[in-house]
Amino acid sequence: MKILVCISNVPDTTTKIRFAGDNSSIDTTGIQWVINPWDELSLTRALELKDASAGAIKSVTVIHVGAASSEPTIRKALAIGADDAIRVNAESADSYYVACQIAEVVKKEQFDIILCGIESSDYNGSAVGGMIAEFLEIPSVSAVSGITVVNGQSVMTREIDGGKEEVTVPSPFVAIVQKGIAKEPRIAAMRGIMMARTKPVKVTEPVSAEPLTKIVGFEKPAPRAACKFVDAENPAQLIELLLNEAKVI
Amino acid sequence: MSVLVFTENWDGQFKKLSFELVSYAKGVAGMTGTTVTAVSIGKVNETELKKLGNYGADKIISISNDQLTYLDSQAYASVIADVARNENASVLVISNNNTGKAIAPRLSVKLKAGIGSGVSKLPIKTDPFTVYKRTYSGNAFAHMVINSDIKILTLAQNSFDISETPNNATIENLNVIVDGSVNKTAVRDVQKQSGKILLNDADIVVSGGRGMKSPDNWGSLIEFASSLGAATACSRPVSDEGWRPHDEHTGQTGKIIAPNLYIAIGISGATQHLAGISSSKYIVAINTDKDAPIFEAAQYGIVGDAMKVLPELVNAVKELKK
Ligand SMILES: Cc1cc2nc3c(=O)[nH]c(=O)nc-3n(C[C@H](O)[C@H](O)[C@H](O)COP(=O)(O)OP(=O)(O)OC[C@H]3O[C@@H](n4cnc5c(N)ncnc54)[C@H](O)[C@@H]3O)c2cc1C
Repeated sequence: MKILVCISNVPDTTTKIRFAGDNSSIDTTGIQWVINPWDELSLTRALELKDASAGAIKSVTVIHVGAASSEPTIRKALAIGADDAIRVNAESADSYYVACQIAEVVKKEQFDIILCGIESSDYNGSAVGGMIAEFLEIPSVSAVSGITVVNGQSVMTREIDGGKEEVTVPSPFVAIVQKGIAKEPRIAAMRGIMMARTKPVKVTEPVSAEPLTKIVGFEKPAPRAACKFVDAENPAQLIELLLNEAKVI
Repeated sequence: MSVLVFTENWDGQFKKLSFELVSYAKGVAGMTGTTVTAVSIGKVNETELKKLGNYGADKIISISNDQLTYLDSQAYASVIADVARNENASVLVISNNNTGKAIAPRLSVKLKAGIGSGVSKLPIKTDPFTVYKRTYSGNAFAHMVINSDIKILTLAQNSFDISETPNNATIENLNVIVDGSVNKTAVRDVQKQSGKILLNDADIVVSGGRGMKSPDNWGSLIEFASSLGAATACSRPVSDEGWRPHDEHTGQTGKIIAPNLYIAIGISGATQHLAGISSSKYIVAINTDKDAPIFEAAQYGIVGDAMKVLPELVNAVKELKK
């Protein structure tokens, strides 16, 4: 069995977002790039599954669509424990384009389980995983908060309104993971960092695909009104303001 | 041409988000000069279906098929794609919730339709078709052009006001045949709580952070929440510690919500927490530290000890109800 984990390269989640020039792009100066938090968790879970599989899961591969400048993020995934990596050498134009590239790689390389995060923290698109599955015409399960592999069969927990379901689908499939999939992201140990240097990163060229969307500008969220303080000695006044001023209770 | 809207129900009753979706679709139809067709999957009776007309649906297509009892993204997407083609849909409006996120990307590939995900306002313009969309977890909003002939918009829950534009909608019951080869999700077990106010649907949310000190202190928070008819939520460390269930965790790596009122108690207001709640209409903060960043996001605040303030708030709500 082989697992593929899709990795997106995003600004650290504490980054103050600034725009460049005419607000048409993000100012990337000084940004720390990290593995998208969801992808870090899905990688962690993939490695846990491999460790527990007694050899049944042969490898965990990470894939990233991006320019050479994202290599440090890929190396980090290898340091955490991925066996090898694939980088499709192209700027990620939009989710449709990225999913199309990943699907092409999967067609050639055959993976049993493909893991994607529920969203990337930059574009918040929540689209790549489902698109990969549709390009490949294979099942996808989303809102997955748990996955185990028992005798070659993957069993997933997925979140539904007010509860959860336990579901199975035949392999190959795409699992789109969210909170709960792993407790804490696995941290790269010194040994892992050393080993990552020699692990294989295969660079492939993109297939031609047409993005369907394009970001043409950015704006800041609308500023909020300043905070109105209520005396801690008289909390009832808060209720009064929420009722009569904000009219939200 | 039409705007096709995918509605959702909960045990046969439309969720509030369905009315938001139809109101939104009506707005888009106004901009594009088209009609609104709503699709409902599941067992929903005629009186309930008719309700969609109140928000501007011209036509309602009801599909109730046993094979679609459980969500299979592939099966749902193929059914909806067929309807979209028959209805000559130019825009599809879907929720940005778990179900929508499962279906929309598959529809995108099937229909070669670009997705504007997490929209909260009507498109900025239709030529070129440009939407206003959340990016960087709410720290920036993008103007995104969708170049494909068909467009898919996923609407953030609770972000678009419901508006009534009564219409006498026609109802069509559609029988579909779901091909087993695209319906492979087997559900082994379902655990569902009823009666609980769902966090994503709640108008008011009362949320506790590490400043609550111990899980034993949640009693007054829960009492406060129930007196307001609110759902309860928490920050990440609180769910990591097991003080509260995981499904209450809001933020970057938890749930993203947009209630009318979010009350943050003992929560510092880290960027990753705000990422999940910054679209709330009003934010209230109760915190001992007057410099806590949560106060920059809040419109009302109390600098004080939650343990002392909470019981008084409960009393104040009680007084009010008298
Ligand atoms: C990749 C990543 C993703 C993350 N995702 C999330 C996420 O999704 N959601 C999330 O919440 N966090 C997330 N975090 C964690 C986040 O950075 C913060 O650590 C977390 O939000 C802090 O939680 P808190 O506000 O409950 O606790 P603290 O930061 O410890 O704040 C406690 C607050 O309580 C106040 N307080 C103390 N005593 C009292 C009292 N008696 N009465 C009133 N107030 C009191 C304090 O003044 C303080 O402001 C993420 C972090 C990373 C790195």
